[in-house]
Amino acid sequence: MGASDFANLPHIGASVRRKEDYRFLTGAGQYTDDVVLAAQSHAVFVRSPHAHARINAIDIAAAQAAPGVLGVFTGADVAAAGINGLPCGWLITSTDGQPMKEPPHPILAQGKVRYVGDHVAMVVAETLQQARDAAELVNVDYEVLDAVVQVADAVKGPALHDNAPDNHCFKWAIGDKAAVDAAFAGAAHVTRLDLVNNRLVPNAMEPRAAIGSYSRANDEYTLYVSNQNPHVERLLMTAFVMGLPEHKVRVIAPDVGGGFGSKIYLYAEDVCLTWASKKLNRNIKWVADRSEAFLSDAHGRDHVSHAEMAMDANGRFLAMRVHTDANLGAYLSTFASAVPTILYATLLAGQYTTPQVHVEVDAWFTNTAPVDAYRGAGRPEATYLLERLVTRCAWDLGLSQAEIRRRNFITSFPYQTPVALQYDIGDYPACLAQAEQLADAAGFEARKTASAAKGLLRGIGYSSYIEACGIAPSNIAGALGARAGLFECGEVRVHPTGSVTVFTGSHSHGQGHETTFAQVVAARLGLTPDQVDVVHGDTGRVPFGMGTYGSRSISVGGAAIMKALDKIETKAKKIAAHLLEASDADIDFANGEFTVRGTDKKVTFGQVALTAYVPHNYPLDKLEPGLNETAFYDPTNFTFPAGTYICEVEVDPATGSVRVDRFAAVDDFGTIINPMIVEGQVHGGLVQGIGQALIENCVYDRETGQLLTGSFMDYAMPRADDFPEFKLGHVCTPCTHNPLGTKGCGEAGAIGSPPAVINAVLDALKPLGVHDIDMPASPARVWAAIQAARA
Amino acid sequence: MQVELKVNGRAARADVAPNTLLVQLLREQLTLTGTHVGCDTSQCGACTVLLDGRAVKSCTVLAAQAQGAEVTTIEGLAQPDGTLHPMQAAFKECHGLQCGFCTPGMVMSAVDLCQHHPKAGESEIRELLEGNLCRCTGYQNIVKAVVQGREAMAARG
Repeated sequence: MGASDFANLPHIGASVRRKEDYRFLTGAGQYTDDVVLAAQSHAVFVRSPHAHARINAIDIAAAQAAPGVLGVFTGADVAAAGINGLPCGWLITSTDGQPMKEPPHPILAQGKVRYVGDHVAMVVAETLQQARDAAELVNVDYEVLDAVVQVADAVKGPALHDNAPDNHCFKWAIGDKAAVDAAFAGAAHVTRLDLVNNRLVPNAMEPRAAIGSYSRANDEYTLYVSNQNPHVERLLMTAFVMGLPEHKVRVIAPDVGGGFGSKIYLYAEDVCLTWASKKLNRNIKWVADRSEAFLSDAHGRDHVSHAEMAMDANGRFLAMRVHTDANLGAYLSTFASAVPTILYATLLAGQYTTPQVHVEVDAWFTNTAPVDAYRGAGRPEATYLLERLVTRCAWDLGLSQAEIRRRNFITSFPYQTPVALQYDIGDYPACLAQAEQLADAAGFEARKTASAAKGLLRGIGYSSYIEACGIAPSNIAGALGARAGLFECGEVRVHPTGSVTVFTGSHSHGQGHETTFAQVVAARLGLTPDQVDVVHGDTGRVPFGMGTYGSRSISVGGAAIMKALDKIETKAKKIAAHLLEASDADIDFANGEFTVRGTDKKVTFGQVALTAYVPHNYPLDKLEPGLNETAFYDPTNFTFPAGTYICEVEVDPATGSVRVDRFAAVDDFGTIINPMIVEGQVHGGLVQGIGQALIENCVYDRETGQLLTGSFMDYAMPRADDFPEFKLGHVCTPCTHNPLGTKGCGEAGAIGSPPAVINAVLDALKPLGVHDIDMPASPARVWAAIQAARA
Repeated sequence: MQVELKVNGRAARADVAPNTLLVQLLREQLTLTGTHVGCDTSQCGACTVLLDGRAVKSCTVLAAQAQGAEVTTIEGLAQPDGTLHPMQAAFKECHGLQCGFCTPGMVMSAVDLCQHHPKAGESEIRELLEGNLCRCTGYQNIVKAVVQGREAMAARG
C-alpha cells in the first residue's frame, strides 16, 4: 500500500484518545520500581566523591559484616569474573585514519575514578536501609588527582586514560575544505560567530531503575530496566560485556517514565545487577534517587563552536566553515561518538543551498559524567549553530530574518547536501510563511512599541530547522561507523476471533505507541483501535527490536508493522479467494471486507481470521493455517522533518528577565496519524528547547569537577508558569520512501526552539548594543550583558 | 510504631519505623504504587496525595504525621466501578499526560487546585502547578485538562 492511500484510511489523522491512559491515570502503571519480585534484595552503589582520583585501596570488611548484607562487590570482583567494560556502539575514524581512542569503561572502577558519581562498589542487602548503611562503611583510600572539566582545558589537563594522553578521543571532519577555503577567499561578506551549546541533564521524571533476577532452574537471567530499547540492552550486555548467550537473558522495560535519550544506553548498574543476581541467587533491585541520576545519567550537548558563513553581495550563502570541540565526559557512552559527528555535522547544511560546508570536530575526555544523545542528539547542536549564524548574517547585511532564509532555501528535491545527506522532500518556504502568519509577524512592530511604553524590550527570533530522523538505513549507518543494524521488527498476530495483537520492537515511554500503532493496524484491517493491542518492551515477547530514539518509531517501527500487514493481507486474500471460490488476483480488500471484483460476493476479515485457525474449508495443500506474520524493515533513507519556529520575547532591562510571550511552531512531519499525540510531542520538545535556551544549565566546578547543579534545587527545570500557550501549525509533504509517508515528530521541538529564543532575546537587546549571549539566557546573564554594553 | 489512618476510604494500620515517610508507607506497605517518587528534594510533586483534603508531597510527610488522617491517593480517585473522576477523564480527553510518571501527582494537585481556587485563570493555574514537574507534555495540555476537569467537577457538584 502506498503512502497516499494509507493517509486516506479511516482512523488515520484522527486524534484517538490514548489506550494507555487509563492505567496511568488510575495509578495502575507498572514502572520498574513498582515491580516487586519474591525475596527481593536491594542494591546501593558506592560512588566516587572525587572527579579524578587513584584508588589505593578499598576496605569492604565492615560493610560485609553489617546487618543484612548479602554481598559487596568491587572492581576486583569484576576483573576476576572476566566481565568486559561497556562498549561504544559507534566507531569514529579520525582524519589521520586512526580509530577513535576507546579507553576501557569498567562497570566498577579499576584502580581509578574519573568523575563524581563514577561507580566504585555495589552493596547488596536485604533492605534498602541496610544497603545504604553498609555502603557508608565501604572505606575507599583515594589519592585525589587534578581534574579537567571543560574542553578548553582538556589538551593541557591531566590525562584521564592511559591510551589518550592528551584527552583527545578523535578529530573528525566532513566536507570539501579546499572548496570552502576558495569560496571564502572570494566572498563579499563573511559573518563569524562563537557559541556554546550548554550542557544539560535529561531528567526523565522516572529516575533510572533496574531489577536483576536469575533462575537456577533454567539458567536464565531477567533484567527489568527503565530503558528505551530492551533488545539493544540485551545485545550489548550479552555479546559485548558478559559473554552470555542471548537466549538466556530476558530484558523487560515495563512502563518507562520518560527517556529523552538518557535511557537508550547500557549502564554499569544494569550489568552489575544482572551479574550479581546469579552470584547471590537473589532478585536485586536498584532505584536511582534524583541526586544519583544527576551524577550518573548520561548528560547532553556540551559543545563549544566557531562558525563562519561566506556570502555574496545579495546574502546568498557560498560556503560555511565550522569547528566544534565536543565534551564526551569521562568515558564513551553507548552512542557518544556519533552525536557530535554523524548526527551533528551532516545537518549543518540545514534548509539552505549552501554549496560547500566543511566541519571539523575535536572530541575530548573530561572528568564529567559521560555525554550522549539527549532529545535531538547532535541535531539541536547543529540547528542552534546554524540558525544563530543565519540570523547574524541577516543582521550583518541589513536583511530581515525571514528574507535571508527565503533567499537561501532549498526548493528543489531530492537535494544532495555537501555533507552526505540527501533530502527527499520538503517545503521550507511554506513552513516559514505559515509560521509568520501564526506568529502574526506583521503585528510585531506594534507590539514592540507597546512593550517599549512599559519600559520593556521586545524581540522576535526565527529558526528554520531540519533534522534527520527515522534512524537509520543500516548499510549507510554501517559505512559511517555504526556497530549495529538500525532496522525495526514488527509482528502482527491475528487471533481467531479477528482481534489483533501487535508486537513491536519500538518502545513507548510516553509517545503513545499503544494508540498510534493500533490506529495503523485498525486502518489497514478495517478494525477499531480497541480491537488491536500493542505489546512492546519485552525481549521475551517481542521477536526483535532496535528500540525508540531518533524519532524512528513510526517511520521505522511503524513501517515494519506495515510490511507485516502486507503479508497478512496477501495471505488473507488467498484464504478469502478459497472461501469465495475465486482467483487470488480477483480479490479486493477494503474496510475489513474481501470482495470478488465485479461481483457482490464477499467475506469479512473476521470470517477469514476464523477460517485461518479453524481450517476445515481451507486450501491446506497450498497454504499453512494461521494468520500471524513478522516483518523487518530497514529504511532506504533518513526522513527529514523540517519547519520554522518563531519566538517573541519581552525582556525587562532592569532585571534581565526574559518572558516568552508568543511561540509559533510550524512543522512538516509528513503524514500525521494522531494529531493530538503529535502536538503533545511538539509541546514537550518546545519546553525542553526553551528550557535549554533560558534556564537549564548543568555546571561542574572548573577546578574540582564537583557537580554544582546536582538537584532540582540547583538545576532549573521548566515549570508550567514559564510558558505561554504555543501556536502550532503543520505543512505536509509526505516522506517519499516509507509506506506511511511519516517523518517522525519526537525531537523537533527541542531542535528548533533554542535558536528561535536566543535570536529573539538578541533582537530585543540589539538596540542596547548587545550582540551575543550564551544559553541559558538567565536574568543574571542578560542583565550582565546589558551592563557590559552600557559600560 | 503503629500508625492508623484511612486510605482511600478504608481503615489501614501499619507498623512503621519513626523515620518512615508517608510515601514509603503507601508504596511499600500498602502497595499503592500509583504514588511515585521522582526526586529527593520535594521539588517534583510526583508523590502528591490528599491529606485530609489538601494536596501534600508525601515524600515530605512522616507516616507518623498521618496518624488518624484521611489520605486519598490516585488509586482512590475513580469510582468503585472504575469510572474515572472528572479530573482523570479531563487529563485523558485533553492528552494531559505522556509517560504517566508525574501524572498521579499532577492529577491530585489539580483536584486540590480546583477545590481551593475555583476561579483561577489560566496564568494562575500555571502558577499553582509550580510544585509539579512534568518533562513530557510541556504543561500545555495539563493546563487545558485542569480547566476542563474543573468545569466537570463543578457540574458534578
